[in-house]
Amino acid sequence: MYLIKKKKVLCPSIFLMDVEAPRVAQYCEPGQFLIVRIDENGERIPLTICDYDREAGTITIVVQTIGASTKRMMDLKEGQGFHDVVGPLGKPSELITDDIEEVKNKKILFVAGGLGTAPVYPQVKWLHEHGIDADVIVGAKTKELVILEDEMSKVAGNLYITTDDGSYGRSGMVTKVIEDLVAEGKKYDLCVAIGPMIMMKFCVLTTKKFDIPTIVSMNPIMVDGTGMCGACRLTVGDEVKFACIDGPEFDGYKVNFDEAMGRMRLYKTQEGEALLALEEGKTHHGGCGNCGGDK
Amino acid sequence: MADANGFVRVPISEQEPLVRAKNFDEVCLGYTEEEAVVEAARCLNCKNPRCVSGCPVNINIPGFVTALKDKDFKKSYEILTESSSLPAVCGRVCPQETQCEAQCIRGIKGDAVSIGKLERYVADRAREEGTKMKVDCAPNGHKVAVIGSGPAGLTCAGDLAKLGYEVTIFEALHEAGGVLTYGIPEFRLPKEKVVAPEVENVKALGVKIETNVVIGKSVTIDELMENEGFEAVFIGSGAGLPMFMKIPGENAKGVFSANEYLTRNNLMKAFKSDSDTPIFRPSKVAVVGGGNVAMDAARTALRLGAEVSIVYRRSEAELPARAEEVEHAKEEGIKFELLTNPVEILTDDDNNVTGMKCVRMELGEPDASGRRRPVAIEGSEFDLPTDAVIMALGTSPNPLIASTTKGLETNKWKCIVADEEFGKTSKDGVFAGGDAVTGAATVILAMGAGKAAAKGIDEYIKSKG
Repeated sequence: MYLIKKKKVLCPSIFLMDVEAPRVAQYCEPGQFLIVRIDENGERIPLTICDYDREAGTITIVVQTIGASTKRMMDLKEGQGFHDVVGPLGKPSELITDDIEEVKNKKILFVAGGLGTAPVYPQVKWLHEHGIDADVIVGAKTKELVILEDEMSKVAGNLYITTDDGSYGRSGMVTKVIEDLVAEGKKYDLCVAIGPMIMMKFCVLTTKKFDIPTIVSMNPIMVDGTGMCGACRLTVGDEVKFACIDGPEFDGYKVNFDEAMGRMRLYKTQEGEALLALEEGKTHHGGCGNCGGDK
Repeated sequence: MADANGFVRVPISEQEPLVRAKNFDEVCLGYTEEEAVVEAARCLNCKNPRCVSGCPVNINIPGFVTALKDKDFKKSYEILTESSSLPAVCGRVCPQETQCEAQCIRGIKGDAVSIGKLERYVADRAREEGTKMKVDCAPNGHKVAVIGSGPAGLTCAGDLAKLGYEVTIFEALHEAGGVLTYGIPEFRLPKEKVVAPEVENVKALGVKIETNVVIGKSVTIDELMENEGFEAVFIGSGAGLPMFMKIPGENAKGVFSANEYLTRNNLMKAFKSDSDTPIFRPSKVAVVGGGNVAMDAARTALRLGAEVSIVYRRSEAELPARAEEVEHAKEEGIKFELLTNPVEILTDDDNNVTGMKCVRMELGEPDASGRRRPVAIEGSEFDLPTDAVIMALGTSPNPLIASTTKGLETNKWKCIVADEEFGKTSKDGVFAGGDAVTGAATVILAMGAGKAAAKGIDEYIKSKG
């Protein structure tokens, strides 16, 4: 069992956990991810690593409740644990592996959408610890869903918060902030955008207009996370790549987002049924004669 | 039961095809005691037993069969486990018809002795009666790491433990067994009944299994040797990377690698209602390929309710799958589109699979593999309607370990280079075997390589003093 050392609810639908996983904590780097399983019947759920403490042997994950599994995860308490935690998986961010002097010469803009703030944080923190202050845009639907603001403000150069409904910070989508910043005269050599696929797609369309090379972090459906199943395959340029071993970060200009978003929807019906079964019990298994749930 | 002259083997009972096509229970029901003893009596106990040389781990076949004939089941199991740590697995998935049984003198005039089914009987009976493998060795104080808990790793670890080594197996997935757990389906190799107890048997020898460790990511081989005190390492990481055809439409919704499809069903138990893992359940499935994995994927899809076709570019004679598996698949109602090759996956506007554009093939001159090369027949294109496509084209080794281990040589197929005799690699103290070295092959060949490497590691550590 992998013990939950700390749990903090960031907003009603998002929570943070410090989990004991010494082998993951020992070597993980910003940009990598891990896979957890709640219990014996649990699916393998890929999650980004938000932070890590090598000495304590813990990693920090931030989860949003979107389906049956993440809802069940929310019910786990401090002192309980995960059945499995495996990682670190994927490649570290290129910012970490590239020549640091070259990275220092770049003006970097991070764009975090919603839960994407969690994987952006360790990258910004790492850069800050290496004397590089990057600008960060954090976007969320509404004020309540803005997460890790205090943490981010300590490590970011300029932090721009925006909400879709204007309830906090600037008003509008992250793409609008990118446009505004460029209009204000800001120049960026690199953009790293992490968030929902639809957000990353539009980020790339925006940064392309300003010729800012853009890295995105892809989060497709995965099973093993080690290159074995190929469920996470993406079209990048004219090549097929596996997000789990070739990524998760890719050149955003080259990613076929429409294909990737379509592939994400493959199990939507089954996921929806599982969520209903969790929320309302096994009441959705036939009888109505319409849905075929009993077939 | 058997004929008086002993020319015909005792038939094995199986679940009825149309019944088993709807469940995941084991197809083959195994011999009863009476049947097993009668079949064992067909063994001529040859002075020069050719069957033994046909076995990659050189099981004393006449020995265990004779003990079985004498109803000394314990002794039979002891003889079996002197050479194999996984007899209940081998009795089920070894291609005996091309190995031990192919060499059997009985096979010249009639049926070979049903060695595989007898092995299965002895192993199953031992498990049911709680008979354990014999261990009588003192710990020798040396630590060895084994990467991967599939057949190669389990065998290597078991043999080393029997010699007194302190062995830790590192497994990337959350459950031990490798391909026995994620790849081969329940109806051929039951997980709780057969695989888990055999893994437990290896653990009972003192082997530790640490799951959820991806070597090359969680920790590297160099770190294991430098920081964690392992004096030697055996790499039995298998051939896990799936191949695709690189044809248009392959990233459509409804195209899966056999690895993904089988992992969802076998490791993640998607066929059970209490599993959280979803699996795609369309009404029509096409499986591309002709090996055992293709048969496994096809028969799994059938059990999940689909109408299934196997699409293979050569003819029936070239199907690489075991004859038994092909027979079983046919009996269960799987259609075979032979001499057929997909050239494009067809999709609707939302990128869902609707079919495959295929061409008919004919066989030309033999190629490098010695099999006749299939050639497309011009103008033979046709559309095969299907809702899903499962690619079972083979797998190649994952480059992760080789790329993160200093001085470990690989060949152009990303296979680790290791000698056949002892599995020695280009790196001192590192040995390798199984699919990671040969590319995708069989369980028993991997076990043979694990065995050879255990000998190699023992000699290596002894030579260091």
